[in-house]
Amino acid sequence: MGRKLLLEKIDVPGIRGYDVYRSNGGYDAVEKALKMSPDEVVEEVKKSGLRGRGGAGFPTGLKWSFLAKPAGVPRYLVCNADESEPGTFKDRYLMEFIPHLLIEGLIASSWALGCNHTYIYIRGEYAWIVEILENAIAEATAHGWLGTNIKGTGFDCRIHVQRGAGAYICGEETALIESLEGKRGNPRIKPPFPAVKGLWDCPTVVNNVETLAAIVPILNIGGEEFSKIGVGKSTGTKLISACGNIKRPGVYEIDMTITVEEFIYGEQYCGGIPNGKRLKACIPGGSSVPILPANLLLKTAKGETRMMTYEGLSDGGFATGSMMGSGGFIVLDEDQCVVRHTLTLARFYRHESCGQCSPCREGTGWMEKILHNIEHGKGKLSDIDLLWDIQRKIEGNTICPLGDAAAWPVAAAIRHFRDEFEWHVLHPEESQRRNYGLAHYADAREVTM
Amino acid sequence: MAEDIKMLKVTIDNITVDVPQGTTILQAARMIGGDVAPPAMCYYSKLKGSGGKCRTCLVEVNKGSEADPRPMPKLVASCRTGVMDGMEVKNITSDRVVDARNGVVEFLLLNHPLDCPVCDQAGECHLQDLSYNHGKEGTRYEFSRRTFEKHDLGPYIQLHMTRCILCYRCVYVADQLTEKRVHGILSRGDHSEIATHIEKSLDNDFIGNVIDVCPVGALTDKTFRFKNRVWFTKPVDAHRECTTCKGHVTLWQRGDEVLRVTARKDQWGEVEDWICNTCRFDKKKTSDWVIEGPTKVDRHSVISQGHYTGLKKPEEIFKAVHAGRDPKLLMDIHSVSEVNRPGIALSELPGPATSETFNVDKKS
Repeated sequence: MGRKLLLEKIDVPGIRGYDVYRSNGGYDAVEKALKMSPDEVVEEVKKSGLRGRGGAGFPTGLKWSFLAKPAGVPRYLVCNADESEPGTFKDRYLMEFIPHLLIEGLIASSWALGCNHTYIYIRGEYAWIVEILENAIAEATAHGWLGTNIKGTGFDCRIHVQRGAGAYICGEETALIESLEGKRGNPRIKPPFPAVKGLWDCPTVVNNVETLAAIVPILNIGGEEFSKIGVGKSTGTKLISACGNIKRPGVYEIDMTITVEEFIYGEQYCGGIPNGKRLKACIPGGSSVPILPANLLLKTAKGETRMMTYEGLSDGGFATGSMMGSGGFIVLDEDQCVVRHTLTLARFYRHESCGQCSPCREGTGWMEKILHNIEHGKGKLSDIDLLWDIQRKIEGNTICPLGDAAAWPVAAAIRHFRDEFEWHVLHPEESQRRNYGLAHYADAREVTM
Repeated sequence: MAEDIKMLKVTIDNITVDVPQGTTILQAARMIGGDVAPPAMCYYSKLKGSGGKCRTCLVEVNKGSEADPRPMPKLVASCRTGVMDGMEVKNITSDRVVDARNGVVEFLLLNHPLDCPVCDQAGECHLQDLSYNHGKEGTRYEFSRRTFEKHDLGPYIQLHMTRCILCYRCVYVADQLTEKRVHGILSRGDHSEIATHIEKSLDNDFIGNVIDVCPVGALTDKTFRFKNRVWFTKPVDAHRECTTCKGHVTLWQRGDEVLRVTARKDQWGEVEDWICNTCRFDKKKTSDWVIEGPTKVDRHSVISQGHYTGLKKPEEIFKAVHAGRDPKLLMDIHSVSEVNRPGIALSELPGPATSETFNVDKKS
């Protein structure tokens, strides 16, 4: 079993409360950070090679160093807890069971960036977690970790929790900022980037919950040590929320040295596919990233074993690879219909499109209608090419990445499972009764049950 | 003051132009004019924050700047992207742009009812122009289009949401020209709609301008609805003493009757001066106005039918765009034709012409 950094103490009874958390080494990182200069903390994060855990995988230290620091203008740190990517539930787990880890990470990061007001923008559906976080903030404030003149350093910091109204688009950083300002959650046109003009037109850093929580172990063990965990540019540990057709769904912390095969079949991880079924496909990083058939999932196109790392999962680009994304690992067994699955995703993106720019607003709805036809036996063969053309015209032509996120799953499904789409069109009645079954792309592994 | 502004060099479709710092690619392209200027459905230079939404103005940047010559990986919205020194932009010379724009036009028309025959905007509709210039004939969309009920926004304006392309221009007008924000977007995605929540609540002095900024027929003037087609009316510039606005307008007349009053628009279809509701809706007599003369209309060929004065022909930029090449698209058919040779005047033949008539060489 790999090294654990974030979920190391998760099983300690009462870790949700301040006292247990503190006696288990909690808030040591803040203590350490407050003794360092803010720039040293940023340097430590840079050294760690930590990459953003929200989906894009952008180096956090670099992002922090882009933050403009004009005199007399406040800076803001915003924690993106609007976790709404289908298949992703790692942040919820973290905030629900070990909330002080996030608070600690936020205080240390606020110190590093010089932010006196820090916001947690939390998804509206996570109503019960708001209470947990607010309790944790109150406890931290009572013990002097938050408020004015923290531990005699003269540094003031307050953390505010803001609930969203449950829109996927508000997970996009500029839409999140708009929503936080009390406006309609429409993404802004970039540039200017939030690092220059963000919340209330002030320089702002928006980071994912897991990214900010990872600041704590970085400070505890040192950036150097953190960067030694993992392979290549995928440093540290990553939370993976596994779901779908696996024996043990849940949140796993991996140290990015294991293979995809080990993650799916390993007993300490997902434990394989239940009911003696075989692996058909998998979405390795949340619903937006391309789906991969089993043969390309376990081995790359070059025949190498695929690793659970940023580089490993994106090996082969979009033609034969996928992305680490937000770590929402969705496994599909041989009974799952890729067409229906793609329709479900298309419906989601249609529903969540903000409607601001035309390719995404109109294109997502169109794709859903076509997929609905194919799934319900009313499709035509030309519809498949049409879908391909629509996704091509959405991708890259929109204001925010939601357009890409809507286009990629459809593109990948057609790229890898075109035969299944064609079978649906050619056998409209049969496809209503049974699933396509195993095709050449299924995992060749012997059934072990 | 002019010395303080740095001038930047930008090349759009092989035509180089010097522009002051802070100019967007779209504005620079409009300085060149002609086909080089990308179409814009949502951008409106007089409205702060507009643009970036419709994606028709996408261009390819194949050289970021002199300092950083890397090309931009994605197509960018030219209305919201600032010019950098030494930037090279491809608009109509880029296949990627033409293809993407084609897609955007198809998306915009997807839920549009295409009821131009009964639409008041027809003839001066930017979406019509856009689809003629950049769209494909026919649609691949086979589903029913979204529809909405018509709404009255106040006594003078009707909202027909079915035609709306959600450019947000009217939202910016309501937001920036009027004191209270009464007008916005409800819902999201392809079911989002322009609405006021409270019907008939648009009662501001300048709210009539939402009609002028609307690129399609979604917001129409109730005092003009179904009275006439715009190409039968004659636009004349006129002014009057107005205490609320500048009073410079365009009257759309038929005979001596003033059918409607709009603000004056420039060649990009943008309002020059906002006008007040009194000028727009109440002053419908020729005696209310001092007529200046016919309006110069050079954007909408349909409207300019029959108004030959002040017509400005579009600039010929073909040679410049194609780096000096000026291909001969039309050849003189006489010089290559075996049949219809020059030098033989058909009218002078005694009888009907046959192939024999032209076989002069073979005969001799």
